[in-house]
Amino acid sequence: MKISSPMEAWKYLPGTNCKECGEKTCLAFASLLLERKKKLEECPLLFEPKYAEKGKKLAEMLAPEVREVEVGIGDKAIKIGGEDIMHRHELTFFNRTALAYDVWDTMKEEELRERVREITNWRKFYVGEFLGVDAIAVRSVSGEAKTFAQCVKRVAEETDLPLVLCSFDTKQVEQGLKEVSDRNPLIYAATEDNWKAFLELAMRYEVPVTLFSADLDMLNTLAVTFSSAGVTNIVLDPGTYPTGKGLEETFSRFIRIRRAGIVDGNKGIAYPLMSVPMTAWLVNGNETGAKAENTLETSYWEAILADLFILKYADIMILHSIEPHSLIPERTLVANIYTDPRRPVSVEPGLREVGTPTAGESPLFVTTNFALTYYTVESDLASNKIDSYLMVVDGEGMGVESAVAGGQLNAETMKDALESFDVERKVKHKIMVIPGLAARLSGETEDVTGWTVLVGPRDSGRIPGWMENNWPPETFS
Amino acid sequence: MEKEITLADIAKILEKYEIVELEDVKIKGDIELELAAGGVALPPSIVQALQSIISAGAGVQKAQIPTTPAEELDLELIRTEFKVAKTEWKGQIEEVTIGATSADGGTREATVTIGGEKALPFYNFDYQMPHPPVISVDCFDMPITMAKAVRGHYEDVMEDPGDWAKKNVREFGADMVTIHLISTDPTIKDTSAREAAKTVEDVLQAVKVPIVIGGSGNPDKDPGVLEAAAEAAAGERCLIASANLNMDYERIAKAALEHGHVILSWTQLDINAQKTLNRYLFKLGVPREDIVIDPTTAALGYGLDYAFTNIERMRISALKGDTDLAFPISCGITNAWGAREAWMKDSPIREDSDWGPAANRGPLYEIMTGLTLGVAGGDMFMMMHPTAAAAVKRITQMLFGATGAEDEGKKVKMADWVTWGGT
Repeated sequence: MKISSPMEAWKYLPGTNCKECGEKTCLAFASLLLERKKKLEECPLLFEPKYAEKGKKLAEMLAPEVREVEVGIGDKAIKIGGEDIMHRHELTFFNRTALAYDVWDTMKEEELRERVREITNWRKFYVGEFLGVDAIAVRSVSGEAKTFAQCVKRVAEETDLPLVLCSFDTKQVEQGLKEVSDRNPLIYAATEDNWKAFLELAMRYEVPVTLFSADLDMLNTLAVTFSSAGVTNIVLDPGTYPTGKGLEETFSRFIRIRRAGIVDGNKGIAYPLMSVPMTAWLVNGNETGAKAENTLETSYWEAILADLFILKYADIMILHSIEPHSLIPERTLVANIYTDPRRPVSVEPGLREVGTPTAGESPLFVTTNFALTYYTVESDLASNKIDSYLMVVDGEGMGVESAVAGGQLNAETMKDALESFDVERKVKHKIMVIPGLAARLSGETEDVTGWTVLVGPRDSGRIPGWMENNWPPETFS
Repeated sequence: MEKEITLADIAKILEKYEIVELEDVKIKGDIELELAAGGVALPPSIVQALQSIISAGAGVQKAQIPTTPAEELDLELIRTEFKVAKTEWKGQIEEVTIGATSADGGTREATVTIGGEKALPFYNFDYQMPHPPVISVDCFDMPITMAKAVRGHYEDVMEDPGDWAKKNVREFGADMVTIHLISTDPTIKDTSAREAAKTVEDVLQAVKVPIVIGGSGNPDKDPGVLEAAAEAAAGERCLIASANLNMDYERIAKAALEHGHVILSWTQLDINAQKTLNRYLFKLGVPREDIVIDPTTAALGYGLDYAFTNIERMRISALKGDTDLAFPISCGITNAWGAREAWMKDSPIREDSDWGPAANRGPLYEIMTGLTLGVAGGDMFMMMHPTAAAAVKRITQMLFGATGAEDEGKKVKMADWVTWGGT
């Protein structure tokens, strides 16, 4: 965006401090606009004729450096691009890298439908929510427009995820498009050779289009040509070489394109970027004849490429392996890098109740107030329906292991927690379960607090098993 | 004075300066505009630009943007050269050498040098990275509990740190070996400082690569243990791990200084604490080329975002000129195994999709934690799983641009992924 201080934005606001936006002052609203925590639409006055001119200017100035492009429709539509910074600590990255996993048109129908369902339904719990996959890429392997169209149709029947239609042949893409023209798919890809036909498709069907060239002059040329013709829902694929010198150059291309867009302010190339880690399979892989080991190794390499380009500026990427060992870390890394770094690291210390615990019978678990730690333990207890108390000790925002090493979790801080949260009054049995990673504190804690200390598992995921062997304790009977 | 120019002239001028867009431009005077078919072939961007000039100007007749399909538009590519500025930083990361050969009073066969960067990691288009990151493979002074996928590789050597170290070098290609003296922890075995020193001697005998000497992390015990270890390894220029604010870092730093070692300055995800500790070390007289920093590694999914941003911020501050932070960065990537996804058989969350075999997940967690922190600024990775160590080595070598790195990537036609898997 073109402005860097709330004062600059404030000049374009009505300045009436009307509070319609929910903020006390226009200046407060301005600073939230800059952080993208509020939208212009939340200021109703700006849309009155009196302020409309200013509002329009402000909207232009607040527009992100990298164009934001939408793919798909409805709840599952994804926004890609829209970024303003080069490093996440400068503010935050806004639209996470969309992960698209592939299917292809030579798959047998049942196999195809099953794979689409598997991709669509995949989920993994992480810090209070379920992670999922963002899109499906349909590849034209058959080379036949009719086969491709039929495949696209079947995919669309099985999923509401956004689609990427992949072929360099416009006729094939168009046949596919006809099946899903109302789904706002991303088409792939216009090149130096076929660009006119793709431009026409993008105009006629009003869908976002990918431009592909590893030659950055050509890529910039294509982008300027398309945008000049009025097609600005563009995604750029600068090519992903899977290994060697080519990969070093690929890494450089992604960074230089994004730098040109954000730092140099070159609007002509400031579009979302696509990376294709599945090129890893072109080197090592062979879908039919590959040995199991080779497949595993190639899926690792694909994940390595994904890692690199999640960090360095891919806004959408196309991947092949849908094995859990690929999906879990790839999607988790996206969640990590695209988490807002302004989000608090810690939760409020205190005594929490999970489910409906009863004072004399339910276990009391201890953990620290690092947000990740807390949410992990809490969800492990809740998901396994373990009615319990959870004492969240003030570990200065650190996880259990670090807090034990650093002295933020020790016998004294646990005693303080017991007292300040008035635990004794709520939990009648005077037995606490400390994390396995804090096992070495057990003796001293018993001495200092007078409570019986049981050592729980090293990972809260194992609490259900631990409960079977250890709870209720013998002293209860 | 008025001069008559034609549309073609304007187009030429705009082209000459590679102008594709015009903003806030007014043209004064009489303008006649003809956009006759078969006339000058203007790129549409220029037509648009002119149109906006005109509509902003004297209110001359407005040209219509053609809406005919592209194929019939007779469009040409608007040739544009891609340009981007280089980033030049004023700061440079300290260059640190670990290990000493006989020429320098040690017995190592080779040394390892890290740091020296004048740009972000692998940004060779800004400034060629001087040294690729290195990998130090962990061994311990006693058998430890570890994930099944890791244990299988070490079961035969866990009783003997010397054998363990040897295996790390011979079979797993370690650039360095880290010996963790964890048995010295009073709550584990309370091994004496003298015994720990003996272990260090054994490891130095067993391998000829530079070594890292790690304590148990116990604040009361570590200073004595690391003093004894530093003395036993005098002249070998080991990396002593570590000095931190929670313990008597002064004793540890002085021992390293006295016996010619490099000191690892460790803080917990806190950029200001790192600056503070480094300044304390300067005050004690530790030379800049004897310092490596460890800003703390958190596993993928378990705080990697904090570790990534913490390291990236430190590296950027250093490149901007903050000399308190301009040191090579070491990362304890083995921490990745703390992520339950790396080792747990099934998901404890009932609603999760199937997790697949744990043995497949673990190495990738270690790889991705390592690579991610390498891209943030890590120069040295302490690792455990041989597959992970090899993969991180391979990818960082490629990004570094090492000569002789495999180049088959150039041979593939990368657009072929679209049709890959066909008959």
